[in-house]
Amino acid sequence: MSHLLLLVPFLAVVFLNLLPKRARGAALWVSFGVLGLEAAAAFVERFSSIDSSAFAWLESVFGFRLAADHLSGLAMLCAGLVGMVALLVARRTLKDAGEKFFFANLVLVALVGINGIAMVRDFFSLYVFVEVTAIATFILITANRNAASRNAASRSAASRGNEVFEGAWKYIILSVIASVLMLTSIGFFLLSAGDVTFDAVKSTLGAPGSLTWVALALFLCGLFVKGGLVPFHGWLADAYTAAPAPVSVFMAGIVTKASGIFALLRIVSSTMGSALPGREILLVVGALTIVVGAFLALGQSNMKRMLAYSSVSQMGYIVLALGGDLRLGILAAGLHFFNHAISKSQLFANAAAIEEQLGTLNMDEMGGLGARMPVTAGTTAVATLSIAGLPPLAGFWSKLLIVLALWNAKEYGFAVVAILASLVTLAYFLSLQRRVFFGKTHPKWTHVHEAAPGLLVPVVALALITIALGIGFPFVLRVLLGGGA
Amino acid sequence: MIWMTLLLVVLVLAALWASMTTALLRAALGLALTSALLAVVMFSMGATLAAVMELSVCAGLISVVLVSVTSLTERRPLKEALANRRSRLRRYWPLPFVLIAVGVALSFVHAPVEIALRVPAGDGDVRTVLWSLRQLDLFGQILILLAGVFGVLVLFRKEATHDD
Repeated sequence: MSHLLLLVPFLAVVFLNLLPKRARGAALWVSFGVLGLEAAAAFVERFSSIDSSAFAWLESVFGFRLAADHLSGLAMLCAGLVGMVALLVARRTLKDAGEKFFFANLVLVALVGINGIAMVRDFFSLYVFVEVTAIATFILITANRNAASRNAASRSAASRGNEVFEGAWKYIILSVIASVLMLTSIGFFLLSAGDVTFDAVKSTLGAPGSLTWVALALFLCGLFVKGGLVPFHGWLADAYTAAPAPVSVFMAGIVTKASGIFALLRIVSSTMGSALPGREILLVVGALTIVVGAFLALGQSNMKRMLAYSSVSQMGYIVLALGGDLRLGILAAGLHFFNHAISKSQLFANAAAIEEQLGTLNMDEMGGLGARMPVTAGTTAVATLSIAGLPPLAGFWSKLLIVLALWNAKEYGFAVVAILASLVTLAYFLSLQRRVFFGKTHPKWTHVHEAAPGLLVPVVALALITIALGIGFPFVLRVLLGGGA
Repeated sequence: MIWMTLLLVVLVLAALWASMTTALLRAALGLALTSALLAVVMFSMGATLAAVMELSVCAGLISVVLVSVTSLTERRPLKEALANRRSRLRRYWPLPFVLIAVGVALSFVHAPVEIALRVPAGDGDVRTVLWSLRQLDLFGQILILLAGVFGVLVLFRKEATHDD
């Protein structure tokens, strides 16, 4: 039945392109429906099983070797929710019908890529689906560069176009470098393990002086680039800032996480286990990413750039968790993956609402918007406090589990880094809240009013999920541990 | 052996053409040719799985190159392009010779560490590799090409709108 997760979005793309031109306005809603099904499918137990007699014929036609498990369900849920939010933001912020149509198509193509990443069981297929996602995203960034130019009220269109160019260029060049690293490692896997499946690689990792470790290190470096981890984070802020609002939501919410961090999560849970060299790499890269990302975020004036560097820092937490106690670390990483996907899409959607009203994202020009945009201010506060790890919001629990995973593994120093960096996170988010929403309203913004309902509905829904997950966390944890996550 | 040497020479020439030509479309074609020739070399050496993967990657990377070419660049004036080519030739002409010399030198060096190399499972029959072992990757490649088509459609549409 896992096959449906690849085939349904693919067939939806085919269907959309067979529609007559006058019916193409429905594309966003068709995509929305597919993403809704995707989010719902995450809760269907049968997707956790490879064998399902009702869909056995699919497996006889398509010889895909897929396996959906609880981790796949997590990626599917995030992709479904974030994709739906991105489509609602696109409906409001993309002005041209053609742009909306292509956005809906490319989100579906990226969705197939994400589902593939979530379910594959070998390194080469993982690489292929990471590329599917990367190429669809790259087109999404560049495709709307003229729209970005038009929408930029406070700067010259040429300057904005150049930013998009730079962001997209850095993204594609670093993506290709990551591909080279991953392909080289696949060659080494074939030489040392004779196969590229996770099981075959795992069986050779124990051998002393194994070439497989070199291959694994190269593959991890490729994923570090895709996930924007330090020292490969150079592309991320430019790409997020340059991309149109719905693309930023989609990229920050799921694309970067799925193609970099989720793939890492999958590899660690399937191959590395508690093997020491792998753990040390993850701990060092994770801690470095948390600290560098947090301090870079602290110095930003552009709201999207601050959110982008904050994403870098939070990805570091997920990687750090994987270096801790294995079982607890994977659970903590998975939960932080979900929490961050929800909160960061919420924040980028709010940034889109602010940009729509003000025409700028320069926080030095803002102030006092809380009185004029109370719902946007409130949902921003929920998301930022959750990411900073304040109780009782969802982010508090995932960060607590990360610290516990490190403590259980006797990595006390890294646990302290995780706690202290949370204070820096709180500092830059309080600075954002103060500069954007608190204080007296600047005379320039007296015309500003609350965002349109089309932008408010998704962020309010995500804020409610963050609060509910935080309050009901003991129940959620019991279900997850019972499900053997 | 002669055929193999000939193939390798053509492969190197195609790679040089891809990296030295000033026209991006020709560079993309050169890359495709290089990749296809490399796949042929792999097939003839019996590494079917690696050859299929090479072709798969070729399709993916070519899409990336085509999309990036159409979206992110604009035509350079011919005079400037020729000057740039001359400058690159001046800087990089020894590079192929250095690479060949390094390759020859390395072939005389024995690796200090013996690594147990394994033959990939299912290697040998291209049909088995394509339709049984790597069917999922073929599906992925179709998606990459589909994304590439969307890229061209979207970007040409943008250019046309911009020109109007």
